[in-house]
Amino acid sequence: MRAPDFRVPAVGPDNPEHQARLLELWEGEPGLKGFLSTVDHKKIGIRYIVTAFILLVLGGIESLVMRWQLASPNAHVLTPDQYNVLFSTHGMTMIFLYASPILSGFSNYLWPLMFGSRDMAFPRLNALSYWIYLASAIFLYVGFLTGNGPNDGWFNYVPYATRDYNPGLNQDFYSLGMVFLGTSTTMGAANFIVTAFRTRCPGMSINRVPMLLWGTLTANVANLLVVPAVSLAFFLLWLERQFGTHFFDHSNGGQPLLWQHLFWMFGHPWVYAIVLPAMSMVSEGLPVFCRRPLVGYSVVALSTVATMILGFGVWVHHMFATGLPGLGLSFFSGASIAIVFPSAVAIFAWLATIWLGRPVITTAFLYFASMILMFVIGGVSGFMTASVPVDWQLTDTYFVVAHIHYVLIGINVFPVLGAVYYWFPKMTGRLMDERLGRWNFWITFIGFNLAFLPMHLTGLFGMPRRVYTYGPDMGWNTLNMITTIGSFVLALGVLLFIVNVVKSLRTGAAAGANPWDAATLEWSIPSPPPPYNFGVIPIVASRHPLWEGRLTEATATSSLDRGFLLDEGKETMGTSALDAEPNMILEMPEDTLAPLLLTVGVSILFVGLLLKLWTAVAAGAVVAAVAIVMWLWPRAQLREREPEPAQPPQREPRHA
Amino acid sequence: MSSTTPLSYLSAAGDRAGTILPLTWFTLIVSIVVCVVIAVLLYVGVSRRRVRQTAQIQQVPVTQAPGGLRWISVGLAISAVPLVITLVWTLSALAATSGPPAHPGLTIDVTPHQWWWDIQYEGERPSDIFNTANEIHIPVGVPVLVRLHGGDVIHSFWVPQLSGKTDAIPGQINLSWLEASTPGRYRGQCQEYCGAEHANMGFEVVAQTPDDFRRWRADQLSPAPPANTAALQHGQEVVEFRCGLCHQVRGTGAGGRAAPDLTHIMSRRMLAAATLPNNPGTLVAWIQTSQELKPGTLMPDQFLTATELPDVQAYLETLK
Repeated sequence: MRAPDFRVPAVGPDNPEHQARLLELWEGEPGLKGFLSTVDHKKIGIRYIVTAFILLVLGGIESLVMRWQLASPNAHVLTPDQYNVLFSTHGMTMIFLYASPILSGFSNYLWPLMFGSRDMAFPRLNALSYWIYLASAIFLYVGFLTGNGPNDGWFNYVPYATRDYNPGLNQDFYSLGMVFLGTSTTMGAANFIVTAFRTRCPGMSINRVPMLLWGTLTANVANLLVVPAVSLAFFLLWLERQFGTHFFDHSNGGQPLLWQHLFWMFGHPWVYAIVLPAMSMVSEGLPVFCRRPLVGYSVVALSTVATMILGFGVWVHHMFATGLPGLGLSFFSGASIAIVFPSAVAIFAWLATIWLGRPVITTAFLYFASMILMFVIGGVSGFMTASVPVDWQLTDTYFVVAHIHYVLIGINVFPVLGAVYYWFPKMTGRLMDERLGRWNFWITFIGFNLAFLPMHLTGLFGMPRRVYTYGPDMGWNTLNMITTIGSFVLALGVLLFIVNVVKSLRTGAAAGANPWDAATLEWSIPSPPPPYNFGVIPIVASRHPLWEGRLTEATATSSLDRGFLLDEGKETMGTSALDAEPNMILEMPEDTLAPLLLTVGVSILFVGLLLKLWTAVAAGAVVAAVAIVMWLWPRAQLREREPEPAQPPQREPRHA
Repeated sequence: MSSTTPLSYLSAAGDRAGTILPLTWFTLIVSIVVCVVIAVLLYVGVSRRRVRQTAQIQQVPVTQAPGGLRWISVGLAISAVPLVITLVWTLSALAATSGPPAHPGLTIDVTPHQWWWDIQYEGERPSDIFNTANEIHIPVGVPVLVRLHGGDVIHSFWVPQLSGKTDAIPGQINLSWLEASTPGRYRGQCQEYCGAEHANMGFEVVAQTPDDFRRWRADQLSPAPPANTAALQHGQEVVEFRCGLCHQVRGTGAGGRAAPDLTHIMSRRMLAAATLPNNPGTLVAWIQTSQELKPGTLMPDQFLTATELPDVQAYLETLK
């Protein structure tokens, strides 16, 4: 029987009977099949976080081996080739396989909960993004484990990456793996963008969205624009290696610098893409512990966007020494100095939030607050490299290594660890151990700064990056020993974090729905949330729905326990992009194995390309095609309908 | 040059690096001041009214004290001052140091290879042109133009005491320049990752008085001295046979151009791209066990016999 085209979604109070009906609709299958076929954003989000964290640990172990080698001059722990593969794999792991996916994991888990929604806009695409991320990580690590890890740094400059200088499979694993991973990032980006603009609950207009939306949305718009540049670059590299195209070969009319432009056009926006969501996690969590709203919400939101826009115009500051004309360099130098302003907005907003609030000291707060200082240290060293003549001295020394680690550990890892302490109760229903948390924080903090603060001096004393060893009379011995000790202390801190997670999972105190008395919607539902997230789709009237009555900003009251019931199928509310007016019932797909099957097909295809087994490529394509047909097979329950307006329509209803 | 930290760029010994040095110090000091100020603000802000007990969070009321936006506007206004100064200073320092000198006193062509530096001195007549490796001599007080050619992969030319980095990229010729104000030895280093032995790809710049430089140049122009004993002749034959495919010894049958020119190897202080001090012991060790001393280097271990090795060593020692 055909469902009616229009239906008025019922509005009513939340109650146990209704929740039981929703549970039946939303709960996934138990067992292995349920595990493999789930499209629940919460499960996918946690998978992202766990997978990315495992990769963080792998990348960390790689760095410890390197620090062992560099602890003293002329050491022989590693051969030059082993060292070069390790530092490249470390960069690949941390930058591509950890830093971005972990933030996708948090936003994946949190966005629907913060938006008063029941899932991401495209749940199956979400599952596919995760499976492809996992498959590409395995693909890249199979390269590493078979002795074919990347060996030309994460930046992978040509001509060293071309076949003349790099005859092994190393660069084929890396270039195909990056194209593979890029599809996951691109799909994830599209999903985040649509989710941001279509699934916020009624009333959550664009000026009331949680800060996490701004960072993640901005980062994903950037990803959608720049990931194709790097995927293209790696694809061209693979063609060059395997089929003798000459994109980068100067003796046949190619240009080695083309690689650097394509790479950094992606690479610099990417740096912002892996810090902006983390910054907005701080903007979410820090105010809660300061017991007040974030200072300057609008300015901070706009500066997030401004950072990204300027971030598209600074890529050449990675190429100041490549012989480009001085006039061109000065524009990029100016843009790189100007980008300090939007970053400074966030710094001062956080500081003001602390000064004008009453900070409650928790482990999460300590991570968020200390991040401010790490950010400033990483920021000012970045500002130094923005000055072209100074950069001619700084670039490719350990000064830049210190800089990038203050940026990536300071602005990504610290907020991420803080975010785990902050949202762990929501994800698991249990609080993390605060006592162990303090030990964890202080050891991590001291270890990190011990390792990387003196490294600035190592750089100013001229130690080049990416060297497997150094002579004893260069003046770097003591500094390197300190860095090695610091890196092991940092590793101990991370180990304590893992201990705390495992311990708290088993014995942590029950958290309740809102242990921090926080303001956003995810704290209005039980911990951990039920599969359907919200019994009723709430209607919000302010930026801080759970703090209404205590702040002066809201003129109306949000309705959290009475709202759209949407219990006739897996449904959530679609709303307009800016004002979040309800205009469509979004029909959500059932769990399905299609994303996993598609991933298997694409994986076979990529292995076929790697080994040039064209039958495998064809087989992979067939499996992928079958999965896509399975995916797109029309289903009656996915027909989407606009709700019939309760009042006579003010304007023509739009059909999606 | 600072003897304890030869690659430090917190001091300078020449015009180009010297113009940049105050800007480096300015941005460094501004950066340190900013970090200290923010650290103090953060520490005071956190400790002023903090609540130590995590469990009490539910009891601390939520408030909304006004005045936060002033932090942002004042903060940005203060930040603008050093940023604008830096921008203007950057542009003027860039203009002063980026362009090569209009009338260089000397022009050198440098072609970095995996993992050594080929250095060619330009001359007015073809017979004035000669090649050397890994050690650049320049006269003090004269701007020296360095033309950087791409050899194989990308490398970067850097002499921190004299000049910032410029990459050498296949398919293009990049220009750099040096000017030393006092005589001395200045360490240089490849600064762009270039493969296995990127770590051991150094060189030295020797700044000399104009007279010393002229003498050095005349010496370098001369071919290898004749081998005038039986042992030396044997040594030269082995060098021509075993080394000559890659190395050049001008005036002999060794004519390879794929590796450092050896015509005056004993005049250089270091071996293997500033990896080893140059003395008879290291020279022999380098010939026989280069793969152990610099794993991955394109020079294979030579396995010279007990009769060949002393003669080769003796012959090479005449190449002053």
